[in-house]
Amino acid sequence: MSVLVYTESENGAFKKASLEVASYAKGVADMMGTSVTAIAVNGGDTAPLGTYGVDKVLNLKDSKLDAFNAAAYAKGIAAAAKAEGATVVVLSQSANAKYLAPLLAVELEAGYASNVVALPESAAPFKVKRTAFTNKAFNITEISTDVKIVGLGKNAYGLKENSAAAATEDFSADLGTFGVEVASVDKATDKVSIADAEIVVSAGRGMKGPENWGMIEEMADILGAATACSKPVSDLGWRPHGEHVGQTGKPVASNLYIAIGISGAIQHLAGINSSKVKVVINTDPEAPFFKAADYGIVGDAFEIVPQLNEKLKAFKASNS
Amino acid sequence: MKILVCISHVPDTTSKINFTEGDTKFDTNGVQFVINPNDEFGLTRAMWFKEKQGASVDVVNVGGPETEPTLRKALAIGADTAIRVNTEAKDGFQVAKELAKVVQDGGYDLVIAGRESIDYNGGMVPGMLAGLTGANFVNTCISLEVDGTNATATREIDGGKETVTTSLPLVIGGQKGLVEESDLRIPNMRGIMMARKKPLSVVEPAGAATETTAVAFEKPAPKGAVKLVDTVDELIDLLHNEAKAI
Ligand SMILES: Cc1cc2nc3c(=O)[nH]c(=O)nc-3n(C[C@H](O)[C@H](O)[C@H](O)COP(=O)(O)OP(=O)(O)OC[C@H]3O[C@@H](n4cnc5c(N)ncnc54)[C@H](O)[C@@H]3O)c2cc1C
Ligand SMILES: Nc1ncnc2c1ncn2[C@@H]1O[C@H](COP(=O)(O)O)[C@@H](O)[C@H]1O
Repeated sequence: MSVLVYTESENGAFKKASLEVASYAKGVADMMGTSVTAIAVNGGDTAPLGTYGVDKVLNLKDSKLDAFNAAAYAKGIAAAAKAEGATVVVLSQSANAKYLAPLLAVELEAGYASNVVALPESAAPFKVKRTAFTNKAFNITEISTDVKIVGLGKNAYGLKENSAAAATEDFSADLGTFGVEVASVDKATDKVSIADAEIVVSAGRGMKGPENWGMIEEMADILGAATACSKPVSDLGWRPHGEHVGQTGKPVASNLYIAIGISGAIQHLAGINSSKVKVVINTDPEAPFFKAADYGIVGDAFEIVPQLNEKLKAFKASNS
Repeated sequence: MKILVCISHVPDTTSKINFTEGDTKFDTNGVQFVINPNDEFGLTRAMWFKEKQGASVDVVNVGGPETEPTLRKALAIGADTAIRVNTEAKDGFQVAKELAKVVQDGGYDLVIAGRESIDYNGGMVPGMLAGLTGANFVNTCISLEVDGTNATATREIDGGKETVTTSLPLVIGGQKGLVEESDLRIPNMRGIMMARKKPLSVVEPAGAATETTAVAFEKPAPKGAVKLVDTVDELIDLLHNEAKAI
């Protein structure tokens, strides 16, 4: 018996989300009086996993897995879960983890709860709290299968140090046939993705037109943030679809979300509610976003954003 | 090509979310139900395959009689026939199992489902369905072309997109991008009239078991009032010292 955690890496290093799921897996293992095993795919230095409570790392090394393949990764993780006799498997909610989780659930005949926000309320029966209705509510889900899969929402648990040895072993598994092959990947390597970002700078129709996004991008640069936008902005073609956030776009669970010229329609708020700190800049004091935000400035983005950028630059220069 | 579009019947995005029976049931009182937005993009893409490549398009929902207006709407948009599996949808696994039977009985080549339902946000039915039927699976799919039994799809990944090649039988978890917002069709009078005559068959469930149970619901704690500031200096100070966010 153990808790298995799938720890994703990128360019040979474990992602922050992996350290968060490792911290969470340790929390679950403590509740159940067991240890934490991580499964990594072509993982690099595994020492950071030890820092966050992982006792043992199975490193699945296979050059066929250099490109992500959901079915093959699910097979590899399932084999690790069986080898370890894992009763709980923890994953992040990255695009790839969400892709493979239901396949893994079928492989392991395991019940799966996605978007989980906290440690189990109880281990037997196994009950977890998750978001539902696109962040308009929570639901407590009981998983009744022998093996349980938990998809932990980003920034829901945080990082908790808990030193362990993290002894690493090579691991191999039958990966089945690859029915889906990656032909090409189109990813801006110099930009922070919304999924990974700690800070997201988002703008709406109040920006009037795509030619005015320079100041939004500048703010994102200064803060090391990702850029995002409201739905009409991407529908109008002012910004790429990948930036559309909200109920029908990408969910945002960043530490800080800055909304500029966005009214705060219910469908927009639903997708960004999991962000910890929300800031709004809007000319209209009646804009619904003010009811959802922590901090706000009533004013014209075309005056405030350039001022804010100057001051943020100075702040960053004196605080780094 | 035989296409099946999975339709989940969800509260309209503007709905107020409330619960009844001691916070154990979603309160449907006064709630308007619609085709799940991700499925609407998929259905519209399916209509393209029908019109350009002669595909047949059936729609399916696992749910009670109350979901029939949603299926009729899909017929009015242009689907050929509708199937309702007559049982309450209880969890992702049970729904996927019921759908797997429909897929196998109907011999579908392509199943178009949505990335997630906007009610329970499970994000699991399409992947489980692919796993159960042994079909290939592409999630967060934003473009799809089919040529014979070969398919090319683009999927959204964190920070970009990825193009993949695969083959039928295939299940996709679709979303906006499959078609644009402006391509979505509002049923016209003729479509609505024709939909009344199209077959909507009700099939009895296989009686699949569940793996999870939603035992209770909670609403988020009410939010404190916003702090309004007049200057950017104050904002930076609060974000740094109070919120510790920069
Ligand atoms: C089924 C469905 C799904 C949807 N899903 C989503 C979704 O996922 N995400 C989403 O974002 N929306 C979604 N919407 C759309 C949503 O209802 C709103 O229409 C949308 O969020 C509004 O975008 P906006 O705030 O950019 O524009 P607007 O509502 O036009 O607001 C612009 C704001 O900018 C302010 N403003 C104007 N000038 C300035 C200035 N100079 N400086 C500062 N502020 C200024 C205005 O006061 C106003 O508040 C959905 C709608 C439907 C029906
Ligand atoms: N009860 C249902 N009947 C038919 N299709 C469904 C049902 N529930 C979910 N789906 C399909 O699965 C997708 C993802 O749903 P979910 O896994 O519930 O988030 C939806 O967009 C639908 O295409």
